[in-house]
Amino acid sequence: MTDRSSSLRLTATDLARIAVFAALIAALGLAGTLYPLGGQVPITAQTLGVMLAGAILGAYGGALSVITFTVLVAAGLPLLSGGRGGLHWVIAAPTSGYLIGWSFGAFVIGWLAWRFRPWRRSAAAGMALFLLINLIGGVGVVYAIGIPVHIWRVDSGTLAVIQAIGSFLPGDLLKAVVASVVAYQVHRAIPGLAGGSNE
Amino acid sequence: MAAGGVSPGGPLGAYVPGTSLLHRCPPGPKLLGLLVALTLAIRWPEYVAVPAVALFALARVPPRMALAQLRPLWLFLAVAFGFQVLAAGLGTAIEVVGGILLAVALASLVTLTTRVSAMLDALVVAARPLRRLGIDPDRVALLFALAIRSIPLITEIVRNVREAQCARGAGNNPIALAIPTMIRTLRAADALGEALIARGIDD
Amino acid sequence: MIEVERVTQRFGDRVILRDVTVTLAEPRIGVIGSNGSGKSTFARLLNGLVKPSEGRVTVDGFDTRREGGKVRRKVGFIFTDPDNQIVMPTVAEDVAFSLRRLKLSPDEARDRVAEALERFGLAGHADHPAHLLSGGQKQLLALASVLAAQPETIVCDEPTTLLDLRNTRRVGTLLSQLPQRVVLVTHDLDLLDEYDRVLVFDEGSLIIDDKPAPAVAAYRTLMASP
Repeated sequence: MTDRSSSLRLTATDLARIAVFAALIAALGLAGTLYPLGGQVPITAQTLGVMLAGAILGAYGGALSVITFTVLVAAGLPLLSGGRGGLHWVIAAPTSGYLIGWSFGAFVIGWLAWRFRPWRRSAAAGMALFLLINLIGGVGVVYAIGIPVHIWRVDSGTLAVIQAIGSFLPGDLLKAVVASVVAYQVHRAIPGLAGGSNE
Repeated sequence: MAAGGVSPGGPLGAYVPGTSLLHRCPPGPKLLGLLVALTLAIRWPEYVAVPAVALFALARVPPRMALAQLRPLWLFLAVAFGFQVLAAGLGTAIEVVGGILLAVALASLVTLTTRVSAMLDALVVAARPLRRLGIDPDRVALLFALAIRSIPLITEIVRNVREAQCARGAGNNPIALAIPTMIRTLRAADALGEALIARGIDD
Repeated sequence: MIEVERVTQRFGDRVILRDVTVTLAEPRIGVIGSNGSGKSTFARLLNGLVKPSEGRVTVDGFDTRREGGKVRRKVGFIFTDPDNQIVMPTVAEDVAFSLRRLKLSPDEARDRVAEALERFGLAGHADHPAHLLSGGQKQLLALASVLAAQPETIVCDEPTTLLDLRNTRRVGTLLSQLPQRVVLVTHDLDLLDEYDRVLVFDEGSLIIDDKPAPAVAAYRTLMASP
């Protein structure tokens, strides 16, 4: 991703990457269900796409791709896992806070990744650093926005925490691990990703 | 395939074609109306419930389609209901679950009566003031179209990688799936970027 | 007229093209070579998708490095995989995308789109999602979209490599009938029979520049030697 701190103008390459990652998040909801525990428990890979958008495209590209995805869902396209789509999932559901939080999470992941550049470290240290970054952005930030909305809508902190832990947390932790390994390997395989200007 | 295009010939998503007043109302006013309705629904849910049902009747959305939008929530709401009955009594449980249902139903009514393309166009129009921040509304519209165009492309990549890894016996290893998916996705992005340049987008 | 002057192309330490000088003026020019011979990079130089590391490329006097926009107006590009070339969700929208910089009125644009789709047998598919077209139809759509912008030259980078025989013939025939100058990079040597000139690349160098029959014969000999 080119450095865009001074300008909001997106080049063709930026546009293509942002669009393709928005599509990736959608595709992971449509076709990317994971069966990590022997095929018994399906986990949608959608938030994996959110974490990778930040980790691979950086703060602005990552956030813009998640925002684009969110807009398409809000407009009615059935792109959320389980074929859900529509404005109600983005602004009115008890879980809408998490969905809105994805954009911020991707931004924070991208910002931290570009700040600390885990791909410059050894595999173990780099992946561990990426894991920390993914947990901060992909779980910490997302839940910091999602849980208060959730509590407000179900009118109970205990209930919100039970539901979040029951339905999202195990999958999100697993996806943070996967995203960390993948982000590290992809950055190593394609060194130009983090932009030549700062290297 | 669930998604493919944003033009009138494209996917409908949850849209239910019709000619009611709500269908004919442009998305802008409808969204403002929703904002008001949600505010009222949060403050005085008991008074909004009946008008909300009346709006569904006015839009002539088949109840089956309306309920389909709420179905993914049932387990979530059942847990919430059960918890609230035990913790705070039946009255609170009904109030909480009813409030959620009402808000989701009202918002879904906008989706049920608005074409995807009309909604996206409205958002692009709404993005016009952002021009002052250096954001070009045409680029925003292009970004939406490119993303929609890319969905079948990337879905195909995800499927192909899964099939290839299954053939190699690695079908359940999420990392073995995700790395080739990412590499091929980035390659697709580069190819798309190149096509955009060739077709003069940056000139 | 496209002039390539002493172009050397490097990506990192790898030399992709070595000191290539050639002037392209004929209406039909074929480009052949083995995988990795540099022919695809050569094609991308012609419309400024790749900027030369050394030397220069000009199209009617416009330098691809400084005046890429003007160059790309004159030189359209067809990619191997039409899936990567189609950028809009539906067939008609993709053709219309090419017209955006022509600043046509909506009516004019609609007519131009309809005309282009008609010409390539896609009129019945105008509002269909582009990804549901067959491979051959996708390449026809790519052609329709590029030609709608009315370039003077089109550069095609192995446009038939992913197509079956029938569609290869069809695209080949369409290309041969175009009023535009065509620069065709291909492995389908039969398509070049009627061409004016064929360039053969090998390991980054332009080694043969001749009429199709002798150029293709020499290329076959080259590929047969160990």
